[in-house]
Amino acid sequence: MSRPVQFNITPKPVDYNGHISIVDAPEGHMGEGFFATKLNEVVGLARKNSIWPLPFATSCCGIEFMATAAAHYDLGRFGSERMAFTPRQCDLMMVMGTISKKMGPIVKQVYLQMAEPRWVMAVGACASSGGIFDSYSVLQGIDQVVPVDVYVPGCPPRPEAILDGLIKVQSLVGQESLRRRNSEHYQKLLDSYGIQ
Amino acid sequence: MALTNEQIQNKLTEKFGEQVTAFAEPYGMLTFEAPKELNLKVLQFLYDDATLQFRFLTDLQAVHYPNEKGRELAVVYHLHNLVDNVRIRFKVFTDINTPDIYTATQLYASANWMERETYDFYGVNFVGHPNLKRILNVDEMDYFPMRKEFPLEDQTRVDKDDEMFGRGGSVN
Amino acid sequence: MSDVQNILLPEGSIEKKTVTLNLGPTHPATHGVFQNILEVDGERILSSESTVGYIHRAFEKIAERRPLYQITPLTDRLNYCSSPINNMGWHLTCEKLLGVKTPKRVDYLRIIIMELARISDHLICNSIIGVDTGAFTGFVYLMEYRELIYEIYEEICGSRLTTNIGRIGGFERNFTPVAWQKLEKFLKEYPRVLKEFENLFTRNRIFVDRTKGCGPISAERALNYGFTGPNLRASGVDYDVRVHTPYSSYEDFDFIVPIGTTGDAYDRYLVRNVEMWQSLSLIDQAYKKIQDIKGADAEVYHANVPEYYLPEKKDVYTSMEALIWHFKIIMGEIEMPKGEVYHSVEGANGELGFYLISDGGRAPYRLHFRRPCFIYYQAYEELIKGSMLSDAIVVMSSLNLIAGELDA
Repeated sequence: MSRPVQFNITPKPVDYNGHISIVDAPEGHMGEGFFATKLNEVVGLARKNSIWPLPFATSCCGIEFMATAAAHYDLGRFGSERMAFTPRQCDLMMVMGTISKKMGPIVKQVYLQMAEPRWVMAVGACASSGGIFDSYSVLQGIDQVVPVDVYVPGCPPRPEAILDGLIKVQSLVGQESLRRRNSEHYQKLLDSYGIQ
Repeated sequence: MALTNEQIQNKLTEKFGEQVTAFAEPYGMLTFEAPKELNLKVLQFLYDDATLQFRFLTDLQAVHYPNEKGRELAVVYHLHNLVDNVRIRFKVFTDINTPDIYTATQLYASANWMERETYDFYGVNFVGHPNLKRILNVDEMDYFPMRKEFPLEDQTRVDKDDEMFGRGGSVN
Repeated sequence: MSDVQNILLPEGSIEKKTVTLNLGPTHPATHGVFQNILEVDGERILSSESTVGYIHRAFEKIAERRPLYQITPLTDRLNYCSSPINNMGWHLTCEKLLGVKTPKRVDYLRIIIMELARISDHLICNSIIGVDTGAFTGFVYLMEYRELIYEIYEEICGSRLTTNIGRIGGFERNFTPVAWQKLEKFLKEYPRVLKEFENLFTRNRIFVDRTKGCGPISAERALNYGFTGPNLRASGVDYDVRVHTPYSSYEDFDFIVPIGTTGDAYDRYLVRNVEMWQSLSLIDQAYKKIQDIKGADAEVYHANVPEYYLPEKKDVYTSMEALIWHFKIIMGEIEMPKGEVYHSVEGANGELGFYLISDGGRAPYRLHFRRPCFIYYQAYEELIKGSMLSDAIVVMSSLNLIAGELDA
């Protein structure tokens, strides 16, 4: 079962200038000293490249999160440099790991303490749907208590998958309309969870 | 001179006579049982005796045998003699209607949470325990989940389609 | 105007001189979810009460439904920083029940995997003690080498963290040459990094001041509380399951068991550090022993127990017995003898024990995990009484509490 392998067995010289990606400016009109575009595009651009996550790490997915935040699969290069552990200061709640029924009210409490605009990412099979634990004490998915924006499957998901989830959240954040949080649709969604 | 299972058995029958029964050696570990009123006396004897010296409580848990009437709940202690490297297993059986067993917390501090876990899962009431509350489950839970009559899954779920789980449910 | 919300203080709280602080289930310093309600006077902790159970997943009840193979992924999730040790412990318990004897090469391969897992767990623990005292650098340096360990696991079993590695009687496939290359790379590069990490922490004035005298426990109290593993060895008792009841051919190897004196956080850090060096030496010895096995034995990676170990696909298509065993194993109808067995391995946190009662059916009648974290966490209240709040955090991280193992 031999196949060509390309891992870090023999170190390669680092290529610094090849693959740096720069975010494009939003669509707009450029002129001498001014740039006109829609407000929500600029706000979306600013928000999506500086998402501060709240790592709500409960179990094994938390260790994969630590590996994602470490130097190998760096989470900081996507703008998530500061993992604020307080909900009052962050935008994205990443729930990683199994949430049991005892923990459910606490997830809701932490969600309520976050300020709008806020997003929720369910990392791992247990947070998305209860995972392999179909038992009397495990909450079958955090979407029973909080509205979720992105689900990342896996048990545990690879760090690349968590980064993919973050990029999906970024695209959601970039395209979000500025009035969404006050809209009726959103209020109805929160009401269905019992959140004012 | 290493301590053998034979010597332990002799010492126990010498001290307690007919009350320690059911000596067996599954996979090399001496197992015996005693009536539940004597559990502290046996543990104290195993702790204090100069040759036996079972001073380490490795494990404490319970087993539910719903078919054996009058002896449904068994509390199993695993003890370890660190000096001679011998392990034994000690069981006490109790009725499910009056599951009162004396607590071992004065002797072993590690029995504290292990007994709370046993209470949480099986409902064994440890007499004299300083803080017998539920430890792993939700405090409001009113049943003892590990007993055989209770199911594994949460029965209040409405979103499971039994058809997909092979249990022949509704077809919508 | 909006109506004023009155904050209702509990009875007698104005007269009370102490503050009730909730070191709650979600906190940056707690690795995992457990709660401590502390009574604090200024910075001194007067008393505390621990609550666990926030991640109770009912492993023992789930295990009563599943045949032996399907319990291995459950054991992964106990101490998820070193899941191969849990898997190997479970397989050894099953082998004890079923009466399977593994060949030497399998034992040595298992030792390599278990010691890699032990290094990976101690790596996290020591670097997190650093992070909790404010030194983030050690964590970033060492996590890179954890990625190397993950790559080795990936090569053998396919997954990084929750490995489900091995089978009853051995491994699912032989270690490929790529896996050996990666292992050699790890053995070559890791000692240098560990030395650098030691230089950063062991004689660092700030680190020593933070951790020395922090949460000490005497040997008698530790034994009474049921401590095992590095925490017990830091108090001076040399109890190591690998030496006391050797399993998987540990008796063929030469290693020392480090012990400390006072049992404080600094001793625990030092004991784990020396254990990492010992694990490296064990992997080296096992690797040399495996290279010395020549001939037909060098291709052996599982015991010859067709009724418990899945036969190869080419046999399933040609031989009748292999077809029957394949069917029985996949459907979970493995014949288990009746009996009860207790087996324990030296996990990264202490003695991880499995108590299995089988009544001859397809799933265990009762399976209980003796989880070291659950048992030694009871002592936390005693360890932090009278110390400062920041010391409580250092004690918590030096005890290496893994929430999955608390079943909490």
